Amino acid sequence: MNAFTGTGKLIRLVLRRDRVLLPLWVAFLCVVPVVFVSAFTGAYPTDEARQHYYETSVHTRAFTVAYGLLNGSSLGELVAWRSGFLTFMVGLLALLTVIRHTRTEEEAGRRELVGATAVSRHADLAAALIVTCGACLVLGLASALALIGQGLPAAGSLALGLGFTATGWVFAAIGSVTAQLTTGAGGARAIGVTVLGIAIILRGAGDIAAQVGDGPAWASWLTPLGWAEALRPYSGERWWVLALAAAVVAALSALAVALSARRDLGSGMFQARLGPAGAGPRLSSPLALAWRLHRGPMISRVVGLALVGLVVGAMAASLGTLMDNSGAAARQALARLGGPGTLVDQFLTPMMVMLGLICACFAIQATLLLRNEERDGRAEALLATPVNRLRWAGSHFVFTLLGPALGVVAFGAAAGLAHGLNTGAVARELPRLLSAALVQLPAVWLFTGIAFALFGLLPRLVAGAFAAAVVSMLFGWVGGELQLDQWVVDLSVFEHVPKLLGGDMAITPLLIMTAAAAALVAIGLAGFGRRDMPTP
Amino acid sequence: MMTETDAITMAGLVKSFGPTQALNGLDLVVRVGEVHGFLGPNGAGKSTTIRILLGLMRPDAGTARLLGGDPWTQTGELHRRLAYVPGDVTLWPNLSGGEAIDLLGRLRGGLNRRRRDELIERFDLDPRRKGRTYSKGNRQKVALVAALASDAELLILDEPTSGLDPLMEEVFRQTVQEVQRAGGRTVLLSSHILSEVEALCDRVTIIRDGRTVESGTMAQLRHLTRTSIDAELAGPADGLAGLPGVHGLRGEGGRVRFSVDAAALDAALRQLTAAGVRSLVSRPPTLEELFLRHYDRASASAGGRHAEAAR
Repeated sequence: MNAFTGTGKLIRLVLRRDRVLLPLWVAFLCVVPVVFVSAFTGAYPTDEARQHYYETSVHTRAFTVAYGLLNGSSLGELVAWRSGFLTFMVGLLALLTVIRHTRTEEEAGRRELVGATAVSRHADLAAALIVTCGACLVLGLASALALIGQGLPAAGSLALGLGFTATGWVFAAIGSVTAQLTTGAGGARAIGVTVLGIAIILRGAGDIAAQVGDGPAWASWLTPLGWAEALRPYSGERWWVLALAAAVVAALSALAVALSARRDLGSGMFQARLGPAGAGPRLSSPLALAWRLHRGPMISRVVGLALVGLVVGAMAASLGTLMDNSGAAARQALARLGGPGTLVDQFLTPMMVMLGLICACFAIQATLLLRNEERDGRAEALLATPVNRLRWAGSHFVFTLLGPALGVVAFGAAAGLAHGLNTGAVARELPRLLSAALVQLPAVWLFTGIAFALFGLLPRLVAGAFAAAVVSMLFGWVGGELQLDQWVVDLSVFEHVPKLLGGDMAITPLLIMTAAAAALVAIGLAGFGRRDMPTP
Repeated sequence: MMTETDAITMAGLVKSFGPTQALNGLDLVVRVGEVHGFLGPNGAGKSTTIRILLGLMRPDAGTARLLGGDPWTQTGELHRRLAYVPGDVTLWPNLSGGEAIDLLGRLRGGLNRRRRDELIERFDLDPRRKGRTYSKGNRQKVALVAALASDAELLILDEPTSGLDPLMEEVFRQTVQEVQRAGGRTVLLSSHILSEVEALCDRVTIIRDGRTVESGTMAQLRHLTRTSIDAELAGPADGLAGLPGVHGLRGEGGRVRFSVDAAALDAALRQLTAAGVRSLVSRPPTLEELFLRHYDRASASAGGRHAEAAR
């Protein structure tokens, strides 16, 4: 029996448990680049059209942050560039999958059950890594084949696909390390997602610096997201970058195994501390309990958004100056894409939409916390006291509204303050950016509504609200720019949020969204009042 | 009809989850002031019954009354008068055990501080540890302390001693006896531990496959048990095989072994003496046999018929 005995059997267990989820996200991520191919060939059929698109897009900083550097105007380069944000999703999914099959299992006590069989110490870690990396490899090869099938050059397609694979592998390895650190899966996820967030910021900063030809262009090289880009699909592939990724994966996996070998079952590198012997005087209502459960994740999210807001706000002004130097053609094109307003506003507007999406995910996450209270059995003990079930759900509902609201305020205020200080106009920029952030709230709350409606009617599917948020984002983002039919674009909730920066305030869509959110919450609560508890 | 002497009355309860029939005409009556044992194999429907009592689930058919009220519509006011220990206690990972006890107690409308501390002491619980670090037995203790420190008139305990060591099980028994003697409180105790049931319960209800198969006082149930006979005979006792109420008859040489229902004991002994008894060993009936008979699905139908006949 060696250190990995039983890995094969555990691989089958992981595959069995993820038989729906894994193929679904692999297939989804494979399809997106193919959609880009047909969208680009449809919207920009000639070389001249693509060249024009290239010239107008290459200087748009918001694009650079989201997608990376645009190297040229060939169809392949455009598709690879536009697929740049997919690496964020590949990284996130790989990270979460590994943690789901390691720390989550351990926290739930299932690792103990499995570990007592003829399965050795590192088998679960190995199985989780192998399955996740295997899925990323399938994703990379399938994407490459699909793109080759679309008539794109084989080498570039392979580089693009393997870029996804490499990113997935590195984040899977990061996940395997973070899973060793904390006793709770939530903490491991939070650390992993923070690493991903820092990677996104570093790549964005590095790429902008590279574009400008000044500043820390090397920052992109600090992140696995930058390596996928550094492979340069369709524009002189640099295969050696894969070796860099492979070396990092090997090092991180070895670190995870070493950490796992040093610790006891159920423990982490950070040990749980003792708590008070009795509850403080305030912990005496469902609302107080909900605050206790929500405050940790809520505060860290709000602080994180404030930091990102500061970075975005600080970048905005210099960006505007840079873009002003970039020529009339670029300015004209930006006006066509991002609507009226200054160049700075055209950078900030998509940032506000991203803020909306992120806060929508926070709202869904907060609703999931309520659902997990039910699923894990804690709600049962609580509801055997005189606490009414609607009051219990309502006390969590407060935080599904409040958390995203604070996040929006923190981001808007931080961005407005940083941008205002930069331009010497705090009094003007702070309220302007704050209100541009605040108008996202009705769209965000709409997702609270969707999550609550699911909680009341189809409690097993609450996490499906994430899919609704991401799809809504994609329709708006991809559809709008690639000139898809307007009705497709209109499916995106965020498309209906008034663009305050350079645009006009529109009360009607905000009222409609708020009313829809309220109606969805009411439907959810009505359903919840009638259904059986707990639904497993 | 509900009378003042009944804390719980459930009749003809039916509940299904999709294709699974959890309850299939369940009856349960718990009288005020008694400790009522609620028994049945895993998956028999005990937890579903309790969740209906707590107003967490609604039955498809049948009636349920709790402390004179409707468990679904009068949830809040009824819950003021009861305390509950779930079968599988899960705690908030980042709350300490002491915090969980206080929170549940306060939500119920306050708990007896002195009694809380005393129970923590008796159950040897460290209330400072975080929920995620407790073992199953310790989580169980947290829920038990929270429930037993309350002044609730009805305690609903779903397998409360699962995971407790024998010493703590004894503490639990003493505490329930004290609680009941002191306040005349009603206890619904779901358990698989027969000695616990025998020691604590006044009456028991046994359910299987969502149906009540047996209900009565311990004395009545003992009456339903079988005596085991092992006898050496002078001649063949052919009449035994055809006798109703004789089970598991085996004979080799001059020796017979069987178990016999209380009602058929007299007739069986007549058969033996008629054949001539050389030696006789008889083991008294134990409740364990009765329970095992009801738990065993294979002999389920035979056991059920037998019980009917014995009545």
